[in-house]
This record gives sequence, structure tokens and C-alpha cells, in this order.
Amino acid sequence: MEDLAALGVAIPLVTAALLSGAAVFLPRRAIEIVSIAAAAVTSACCLLLLMDASESPLVYWFGGWVPRDGVAVGIAFVVDPMGAALAAFSGVLVTAALLYSWRFFDAVGALYHSLMLVFLSGIVGLCFSGDLFNMFVFLGVLSVAAFALTGYKIEEAGPLQGAMNFALTNSIGAFLLLWGIALLYGRTGALNLAQMGESLGTRPDALVMAAFALVVAGFFIKAAIVPFHFWLADAFATAPLPVCILLGGVVSELGLYGVARVYWTVFEGPLSSVASELRTILLVAAATTAVVGAVMSFAQHHLQRMLAFSVIAHAGLFLVGLATLTPAGLSGAAVYMLADGLVKASLFMCVGILQHRLGGVDEYHLRGRGRRFVATAALFVVGALALAGLPPFGTYVGKALIEEEAKLLGLAWVTPLFVLVSALTGGALLRAAGRVFMGWGPPIEHADEVSQAEGEEQEAETVAGRERTPAVMFVPALLLGAAAFALPFVPGLLAGSEAAAEAFTDRTAYVEEVLAGEFRRIPAAPAHAGPKSEELVPGFLSVAGALGLAAFTLGSNRLPSRWRRAIWNSAGRIVVGLRNLHSGHPGDYIAWLTFGVALLGGAFGVALR
Amino acid sequence: MNFLPYAVAAYLLVIGLYGIVTSRNLIHMVVCLSVVQSSTYVVLLSIGFRSNATAPIFVDIPVGTRAVDPIVQALTSTDVVIGVTVSALLLALAVQVHKRSRTLDPNSLSSLKG
Repeated sequence: MEDLAALGVAIPLVTAALLSGAAVFLPRRAIEIVSIAAAAVTSACCLLLLMDASESPLVYWFGGWVPRDGVAVGIAFVVDPMGAALAAFSGVLVTAALLYSWRFFDAVGALYHSLMLVFLSGIVGLCFSGDLFNMFVFLGVLSVAAFALTGYKIEEAGPLQGAMNFALTNSIGAFLLLWGIALLYGRTGALNLAQMGESLGTRPDALVMAAFALVVAGFFIKAAIVPFHFWLADAFATAPLPVCILLGGVVSELGLYGVARVYWTVFEGPLSSVASELRTILLVAAATTAVVGAVMSFAQHHLQRMLAFSVIAHAGLFLVGLATLTPAGLSGAAVYMLADGLVKASLFMCVGILQHRLGGVDEYHLRGRGRRFVATAALFVVGALALAGLPPFGTYVGKALIEEEAKLLGLAWVTPLFVLVSALTGGALLRAAGRVFMGWGPPIEHADEVSQAEGEEQEAETVAGRERTPAVMFVPALLLGAAAFALPFVPGLLAGSEAAAEAFTDRTAYVEEVLAGEFRRIPAAPAHAGPKSEELVPGFLSVAGALGLAAFTLGSNRLPSRWRRAIWNSAGRIVVGLRNLHSGHPGDYIAWLTFGVALLGGAFGVALR
Repeated sequence: MNFLPYAVAAYLLVIGLYGIVTSRNLIHMVVCLSVVQSSTYVVLLSIGFRSNATAPIFVDIPVGTRAVDPIVQALTSTDVVIGVTVSALLLALAVQVHKRSRTLDPNSLSSLKG
């Protein structure tokens, strides 16, 4: 069974290599079928591993180099339910995205499919790695594939710049992570996560804190936490839509997974004495990310960029769950990530359908042009409501679990934050739906130059004005949306997530499994009844807020002009200022990144005192 | 314990970042990224360094000879591979940017704002 873990990485990687070599002999459909099959088999492997690991984690030592006398000498894959679930989820998304690409591109070479499979291979490797350096390597593998996929439309200016900003920022993130790894290796002489955690002891000092700051900064850049988030909006707004399905569902999740994995295996020992300070720092970062992402999302009219900023906003909300540093918070974040990833993928697919049929994705350009698309409209609106956390969607359950845990910790502001952020991100999409599918709201003749440039860029991707929506585009979107709805009703999912989070955060058990080979069965958590019914209030409040905000902006031309001017002078100015910070200039982004690392390091330094 | 190599590594990191932030040319920016990356090579190799030690090739040296740490060298060479990939990709993108917009100055590229 453990061997499957290695296969999960090998199958997509080998298929990718073979496909890029054999591409000249194969017709396009054959390449597509092979790549979809490889992605599906990999997902099946990960699902099998998930089922097995839910009973007790699996450890696979490459080349049979098992630990000698409790010291790791080889390189290990450690499969626990949390990692396996993320890998399986990514596999499903890659399969769906490849299926979706079937009709999306007019011309696409085998390299596209190879890159998607390399990306998947990197994700599976990252999720299973029990070794910090290998996490860095797999992060590199998946990042390089993602850079190339983002810039796949290499003849256009937008994707080139998006890929450039993505690659520069994330490479620096990888180097910061490597700095942290080097410092940790210097201190512990180990790269195995369990071994590192054992060697660090329980006393925090400056070097451990510096290493932690560097590792966290490296992963936060991937997770797009403010002020490291600039690359994500640029990359997601310009990448081909099938790639966005994937990026939007997994990239920031992987960054947060990295932080969680490293915290609970390596740093928990030395840092548990400053856990409350750490929680405060992470919560501040999370809340800032959520608010900035949500406001920026609401200020967009390019649908892809709007969704990109809601990815950032929700990454902030996931980080709130993680920042509780408790198993229950982590479990809530995991459920939320899963449901949100499904909804986002479905929404990106709907945007892709609009692009396919109408040749553009700008809210103003498409005003009223989507009236005929009843099914897509319905799916888009339901997706927007699910994104806002409409009960009983999985997104609502995940959010409610995090809110409950935050209340137990005395963090009363978390619920209003979640309501605000969900209302803004959901409201932006509902507003866009009203405009595109119903033709509501005032037309804007001078949709500013930026969006026009973007709109024109995008039109080249597919020939505008297709007559039919292909089933391979609509059905995956429908299925993913339905999965997000059905998620909380899957028997044992909530209890399983809770048990997985308990196992994930249990460092002693992890060390015993990896270094001593003593496996404990993961105790089955008692059946979980789901969030308490009083959580329904904030749930419906966010949906009402989203509907209200959408109605307000669509009907804003009916307000007296004095009111409009007052709104513009207050909120509008702030939004414009915030938008101007997102300059698209890589130098600015790296300056923000440096500032963020300094801030994070400084905050951790203060926590240590 | 000698702090000089760590000071050099930190210097490379900071000067590389400064170069990227102030760069007016995408090729120059990619080179600055390589400078940032060089800092990781220096820090890794200096962590594994031992004075009066030989290279870690254990074929023809007696058992127990002092050798520098081979693991950091393996890490460094992996890091070099990743660096080459990223640089190649970024340079290819820069060539494309120049083809399309006839400029390499990031200040005059503005298809992404707000």
C-alpha cells in the first residue's frame, strides 16, 4: 500500500515525460485521453491512500532506507489523511480541468497536458513529503509548471506579465524557504520533519524564530497572504481559464498546508510557549488578507480578476482557521478549503463558458449579453451564493466550524469578519451576474482602459461567439458545484476531518510513526452533528449582505446624486487608493514582499521577547 | 565559527532584492534574481563547511577523515537545477515581452493594473 504513495508522484511525471516525447506521433485527442486517464488514475491512487491513511498513517522510505536507532537516514513519504485528502482533491480538479480543456482551446499542444501533469505530480509530492527539503523541491516542480501554464498564451502581453510577476515573486519565496531550511539544518543536522522537531527541543531562541519566519514567509508567498498577494491577482487574471480552475482551487491551499505541516511537525515544540503571540500575528495577517482581498474583489469588473481576489480573501479566512492553532480550527479550515475550492472551480468554469460563447469576461462589456444562458446563469448565481456561504453548502459548514472554534477562544470579531468578507466576495459575483445575465444596472460607456486592454487580450483566446455550450464544459461545472453542496452530507466527512486534524496536530504520534515505526490507529471521532443551529444566523446574514450589496450597486444610479457623491468621496477614494497599490510592476511587488518579510520577522522577534 | 560567509550571504540576498526592486530592465531583473539565489548557495555551503577537512568522496580516503558535509552540497546542486529552470523560463518570457512590446522596461508595461 505504501508503494502507491510513490506511484502517485511517478504516474503523472512519467506520463508527462512520455507525452511530451511522443507528441509528434499522436493526434490531439489521443494526448488528451492519455493525460485525463493519468490524472484520473493518480486521483484514484490518492483516494485509496486516503482511505487507508484514515485508519493509520503510512510511511514509505525510498530505497528501503528505514531509520537506524531512531535516526532518519533516508527520505520518507508520510501519508496522513489531511495530506492525502488535499492530494486527492487536487487530482480531481486536474482531471476536471483537463476534461474542460477538451473544447476550450482551438489549438493546444501536448506540452499543455504535460505541464498539467507535472503540476499534479508536484502537488502530490508536496502533500506526501515527510522531509522539508523535498517539500521545497516539489514546491519548485509545481511552481515552475504553474509559471509556464500561466504564460501559456505567450503571444499576449497580459499572460506574459502575469507569468513574469508570478515567477519572480514565487522564486524569491522559494529562496526564503530555502534560507529557513538551511538555518534549520545548521541547527538540527536533519531534514526529516520528525527528526527536526525532535532535535529542536522545547526552548524557542532567535535562530529558530528566524528560521520559522523565513519558512512561513516562503509559504505565505505561495498562499498569497497580504502583503505577498500581488502576484496572484495578476497570474489568475491572465492565465487560461482551465488553468485558473486548478490554480484557484489548490495553490493558496498548498501554501497554507505547508505552514500547517511545518508548524505541527517541526516548530510546535519550541514555539508552543509563545503560541498565543503567534496566534495574534497570524490572525492579524489573516484578517488583513481577507479584508483587502474582499474589497479588491468587489472593485473589479473583469470576472477572472474578481475571482482571483476572492481567492485571496478566502485564503485569509482559511488562515483564520489555521491561526487558532487548534485541531478543531484546522478541521474547519480543511472543510472550508475543500468546499470553497469546488465552488471556485465551478465558478471559473462558468466564466470560461462566457468567454467561450461571448469572447470576453468583462462585466461591462458583457452587460445583458448573457440573457440566453439560463443554465449557466443559474449555476453562476448558485455558485456566488455558495461562495457567500449559503447554508447548507460545504462553504457554510466550514466557516461555521471556524467561527465556533474562534468563539471558544474568545475571538468574537471573527464572525463579523467572515460575514463582511463573504458578503463582499459573494456580492461582487451577484452584481456581475445581474449585469451579465439580466442586463441590470447602469451601463458604463467608458469602462476604463485597463479592462478594455484585458478584454481584448482575452478575446484572442477563443473565437468569439460560439453557438453552443459544449457538455464537457458545463457538466464538470455542474458536478463540482453539486459536490460542494453535497459535501456536508457525506457520511463521516466531518468526523473524519476532525480525526484527521487531531492526528495532523499530534507531534508525538507523528515522531513515533516516522522514526520508530510504531503506528497508532487514528481513533474514530464521534459522529459530528455539524455546526450548531445558531451559526445559521451569520450564514444567512452573509447571503443577505451579498444580495444587498449587489442590489445596492446595481441600483446606485437611482440614488440622489448627493448620496452618490458622498459614497464616492468616502469609500470610493479608499478603494481607488488600494487599487493603485496593485500596480502590476514587479519591482513594487518585491518591495512589498521585502517589507512583509521584515514585518513578519519583526513581529516574531517581538513575540519571542 | 566564522561569520564572514553568513555576512556575504545576507549581503547577496539584500543587494539582489534591491536590484530587483530598482531594475529598469527585465534581463537585469532576472540576473538580480540569480544573485538572490546565490545567497542560498553561500549559506548552504557555509553551514556544511568544516576547516581542515577534505571533499566528501569516501572512495580512497581512510575511514574517519574529516570531510565537509555532503548533504548541503547535494542541496546546493538541486537548488542550482531549480534556479536554471526558473531563469531559463523567465528569460524566455522576457524575450517574448520584447518581441511583443519592443521594450524590456517594466515601467512601460502596464497591461495589469488595479
